[in-house]
Amino acid sequence: MNVIKTIDELNAIKAAAAEVVNVRVEGKDSGVKDVLVCGGTGCTSSGSMNIIKKLEEEIERNGLKDKVNIIKTGCFGLCALGPIMIVYPEGTFYSKMEVDHIPEIVESHLKDGVPVKKYLYAETVEGDTIKSLNDTAFYAKQHRVALRNCGLISPEHIEEYIARDGYQALHKVLTSMSQDDVINCLLASGLRGRGGAGFPTGRKWQFAKASQNEQKYVCCNADEGDPGAFMDRSVLEGDPHSVIEAMAIAGYAIGANQGYIYVRAEYPIAVERLEIAIKQAEEAGMLGDNIFGTGFKFHLGLRLGAGAFVCGEETALMTSIEGNRGEPRCRPPFPAVKGLFGKPTILNNVETYANVAQIILKGPEWFAAMGTEKSKGTKVFALGGKIHNTGLVEVPMGTTLRTVIEEIGGGIPNGKKFKAAQTGGPSGGCIPPQHLDIPIDYDNLIAIGSMMGSGGLIVMDEDNCMVDIAKFFLEFTVDESCGKCTPCRIGTKRMYEILTKITEGKATMEDLDKLEKLCYYIKDNALCGLGQTAPNPVLSTLRYFKDEYIAHVKDKKCPAGVCKSLLAYKIDPDKCKGCSLCAKKCPVGAISGELRNPFTIDTNKCIKCGVCASNCKFGAISKS
Amino acid sequence: MVNIKINGVDYSVPEGSTILEAARTAGIKIPTLCYLKDINAIGACRICVVEVKGARSLVASCVYPVNEGMEVFTNTPKVIESRKTTLELILSNHKKECLSCVRSGSCELQELCNEYGVEENRFEGENPAVELDDSAMHMTRDNSKCILCRRCVAACGVTQGIGVIGANERGFATQIASPFDMGLADTACVSCGQCIVACPTGALTEKDDTQKVLDAIADPDKFVVVQAAPAVRASLGEAFDLPVGTNVEGKMIAAMRRLGFDKVFDTNFSADLTIMEEAHEFLDRVQNGGTLPMITSCSPGWIRYCENYFPEFIPNLSTCKSPQQMFGAVVKTYYAQKLGKNPEDIVSVSVMPCTAKKYEINRDDQSAAGIPDLDITITTRELSRLIKKTGIMFNDLPDEECDSPLGTGTGAAVIFGATGGVMEAALRTAVWKLTGEKADSPIEFKDVRGVEGIKEATYNVGGKEVKVAVASGLANAKALLKKVKAGEADYHFIEIMACPGGCVNGGGQIILPASVKNFTDIRAERAKVLYDIDSANKMRCSHENPDVKAVYDEFFGEPNSHKAHEVLHTSYKAQKLYR
Amino acid sequence: MAFKKSAVPFSGTPEQEEKLKAVIAEHKDDPGALMPILQKAQDIYGYLPIEVQTMIADAMEIPLEKVYGVVTFYAQFSINPKGQYKISVCLGTACYVKGSGDIFNKLQEKLGIGSGEITPDGKFSLDACRCIGACGLAPVLTVNEDVYGRLTVDDVDKILEKYN
Repeated sequence: MNVIKTIDELNAIKAAAAEVVNVRVEGKDSGVKDVLVCGGTGCTSSGSMNIIKKLEEEIERNGLKDKVNIIKTGCFGLCALGPIMIVYPEGTFYSKMEVDHIPEIVESHLKDGVPVKKYLYAETVEGDTIKSLNDTAFYAKQHRVALRNCGLISPEHIEEYIARDGYQALHKVLTSMSQDDVINCLLASGLRGRGGAGFPTGRKWQFAKASQNEQKYVCCNADEGDPGAFMDRSVLEGDPHSVIEAMAIAGYAIGANQGYIYVRAEYPIAVERLEIAIKQAEEAGMLGDNIFGTGFKFHLGLRLGAGAFVCGEETALMTSIEGNRGEPRCRPPFPAVKGLFGKPTILNNVETYANVAQIILKGPEWFAAMGTEKSKGTKVFALGGKIHNTGLVEVPMGTTLRTVIEEIGGGIPNGKKFKAAQTGGPSGGCIPPQHLDIPIDYDNLIAIGSMMGSGGLIVMDEDNCMVDIAKFFLEFTVDESCGKCTPCRIGTKRMYEILTKITEGKATMEDLDKLEKLCYYIKDNALCGLGQTAPNPVLSTLRYFKDEYIAHVKDKKCPAGVCKSLLAYKIDPDKCKGCSLCAKKCPVGAISGELRNPFTIDTNKCIKCGVCASNCKFGAISKS
Repeated sequence: MVNIKINGVDYSVPEGSTILEAARTAGIKIPTLCYLKDINAIGACRICVVEVKGARSLVASCVYPVNEGMEVFTNTPKVIESRKTTLELILSNHKKECLSCVRSGSCELQELCNEYGVEENRFEGENPAVELDDSAMHMTRDNSKCILCRRCVAACGVTQGIGVIGANERGFATQIASPFDMGLADTACVSCGQCIVACPTGALTEKDDTQKVLDAIADPDKFVVVQAAPAVRASLGEAFDLPVGTNVEGKMIAAMRRLGFDKVFDTNFSADLTIMEEAHEFLDRVQNGGTLPMITSCSPGWIRYCENYFPEFIPNLSTCKSPQQMFGAVVKTYYAQKLGKNPEDIVSVSVMPCTAKKYEINRDDQSAAGIPDLDITITTRELSRLIKKTGIMFNDLPDEECDSPLGTGTGAAVIFGATGGVMEAALRTAVWKLTGEKADSPIEFKDVRGVEGIKEATYNVGGKEVKVAVASGLANAKALLKKVKAGEADYHFIEIMACPGGCVNGGGQIILPASVKNFTDIRAERAKVLYDIDSANKMRCSHENPDVKAVYDEFFGEPNSHKAHEVLHTSYKAQKLYR
Repeated sequence: MAFKKSAVPFSGTPEQEEKLKAVIAEHKDDPGALMPILQKAQDIYGYLPIEVQTMIADAMEIPLEKVYGVVTFYAQFSINPKGQYKISVCLGTACYVKGSGDIFNKLQEKLGIGSGEITPDGKFSLDACRCIGACGLAPVLTVNEDVYGRLTVDDVDKILEKYN
């Protein structure tokens, strides 16, 4: 691509590319079909690259090369249904694709125009009518801003991004807005950091702009480390240019000409797409020394994280880019004053950046019209755990958890009862059923003892033990503590040990009290935000599920039947037929009896592996 | 100045100061563990937390800057309880053998635990298995007592620019250690002991050789002589609650005599001897085109650093042994002859402000009489321990003088203990020599005095410009050598001491808590002791030392003679250890 | 202290050393170059033994301890060689609640090694990993580049067989 110097040149590319993209966006029938195959991590893991290969072969074999475009996109969101394929202009949605389905789909659908119903996502088929993906429950309630291009464009072609108004905002900023205009626009939009803490983005930029220094930096936090969260990865995989454009805008606003994206090395696809996107942006002159001929200079480098959760903390991320152990440092000084390499620095997360260009183009009022009073816009959540539709959803702030879980997420499988939703990852908390109707925003979540976090939303049902869950998160924190400050290094370890005692039925009520005190102590005393929020999973479960803790401590029982030490397997003599299968399957020889008489389990020998129960044909073995 | 409130009282404090510093000016001591001024402001231990009105959590006062209108509370129940819990957590991961720990009584953790009335075993749990590192000749590292304050890491990495220890692994598994957990002996550790004096607990300690001393004294067949380095007298008193900067020369001598040494001598004697050799070596290099700049060789930490990190400067090193080793060599040759004793029957002991001396006595080419020049070296701390153990009431001792003939030193010798001292002492004699041995030759060279890390001066000596430089602390030495290497400086003579401030701040000196060191420059206080002794001495120049004159007359002939070379000089070789 | 030098002898080739030198030369003057250099060095050698870390430290004129401290801080770096087949079991939240812990235990039992270890024949190494983002497929494990999802404990044998 040639260097784009003027808005006319940009618009020319836009117009040409729009022809292509509109097949998908507007369902325009131009006699060509676009076949979109998800190339996100989830679908790639379930084999979407083989699907693409087979598609290419079949299309070639059927002589459809000029009639069908295959486009590898980023994540569509419905990861549980992967690999996913959508055929435009009609927008039909094939789920759980298998290579063997391809020949039939190509011949029937792509050649003859007859979709193969049996392979379509069941919810999109109602008798004879086939619904578009956008009309399914999963998508209908969503509102896509940050994810607007994900699953729609090819992330490896800058033209497709340009077709979707890409780099228009950068042009607007560079040619018609002052630095303060940009910052004021963001302030007015009410955009808050999507990384978790919710600090107003405009204010952050304002501070960095006010710091006098010839060298400043713009950083992007793509070190998405919360277990169960993959929003940022999906944006990077599906729409990398939206982040690049926003970072250039940020550079202009604060007076920086160098940016770094710190991305997890565990995200190879995101890294590859970012590399391609940066290269294309450089070739197109959207990054470089003289962007749009305005003299504005902005360069972007990639830095790979190396597997340390703490590097999601802003000061730790910067020390890591500097080539050190990723240990946080005390603030003040804040990064806006003294950040990367000691220079004024802003750090925003991927999803935050993904909103910026649209705020510039559509105006702050448009953005501020979405959401609640103090939390504007939308939020992307990664739905996971005990829920039908695992995947990525974007909803306006203020949507209730119930809507997200029951309507969009399709509720809880196997007829189980909802117990809690965990948001905010290891820094967040568990939200009990009584708070399902609270509108999701930063402040509400904090008020009920959790936090927005980066957007992981894990659903738990009655089979999950809340003490076990708290212990799981604590184990994560202990593993990922950097070890610099005493409260986090030793305090979380001791908390974990107390939790272990509880799950083993060895704890006393004094231990429970000690645990709670440690929680508050660590909140007050840890050096960084991660340490300070580390006790949240314990505090929130103590708050809403204290009975469960007490059951472990006093009654030595795990009500959910998860904590192995507190379980006992029992054979119901009335149901047992004495077939001996359980005794044969038991790995430790804990079951004995006479054939055709009820068997018994020696609880001293039993290791509670559950093999007996899962093999019993008569449902005679239960745990309590 | 900014106006702040501490515990409800208004104060005006300097802008840019931390809460810790501001509170100190207001007469409030906030406890610290990890904080060391200038080199370790990391806010990691969380002992110094205070409440600041409006702040979400407690803040670390050691790094938190004051600002106008700030309201600080240093002693609320929350603060006290937090500090107590922090201590209790540290204790849950600490080998509590406080009754016998060498740092009992000078342990900063112990003092705080006592002040806060901690519950010693409130938290119990798993502790990482740690191995003792006693591979090095000079020290032992016991991570079971380490509190991960990282003061040692800063001392090694920042002050000394070496960094053979650091934080490894992460989280609860974090340990301060050398790469790949290798022993210190496998690393290019220079044995300076700055990590030991930085350590708040008993995790880092010198190898204790006091029993060897007691055994030697108790052995009727051994003639035990002792020398004490100049800097020892400037610090020893601190172990007996005397103020920093107290000269205890006389009591120190008296104490050593009461310990039962057969002869109590003074390293000042051999410091003068060193000057005679070194000044002549310098003049010889200048006049006969030898390698310049010449660099001093008194500091074994520096020698080890040079051999490991800057072997290209080995030809620049003075071949003079250090004063300690010269003393040992003279004792086992000249003095043994004089006594008519077999040198094997003499046990030569030194008291040094230095841990690297424990390494130095084992170096090659340090055995003038065919046996090691020196047998035992103990630090100032070990001497204080011996004095306490033997029940000597130090503060009640009379002031005594050293034995003869190796007990005399000039003012030039005693300032060896401070950075710039060797340079000044050498200049006194070199200038005197070069300008015709006049009685009014200049004595004080104040440009090279003071605690700054790098000092430079140019003197006109007998019509010739002599450019000198002085560096103390190896990070400073590194910077200076890089300059020389790059051709950006053309010095004739360089003095380098491994420890910042010189021997007065050596790794073997009495350990003062950070609460003192952060607010008092102990280097300057201790150095002042030495400069006061110097200016009070009638003899200010090494060439005036009668014992030194005698040793040349009776034994060596003249400085740099063949015999002097055999006994008083040594050699160096490049080392390749893990850096 | 126990010197943690790898028991497996270092077998770096001159070609690898050339590559590493080129990487260092390329990055040496970049601010914060250590991390990218370590990442590329691990790509070249597969792990970061003392010989490689020493080369990096010397070339960058930084203490070996600084390099080692960084290496041991980040989970991605390894000072031990990995197996021919690297098995990673995701223990992220989504996988954990769906039973990946049991799968991990089963693998430890089958292979006779713990987390971070390598089988004596050098064939398999086993690690627990953080969320790899394939939560829709939970529970998940990977063998080198191959991803296996929606697993049960009974799938473990079948998977291992494929590589035997």
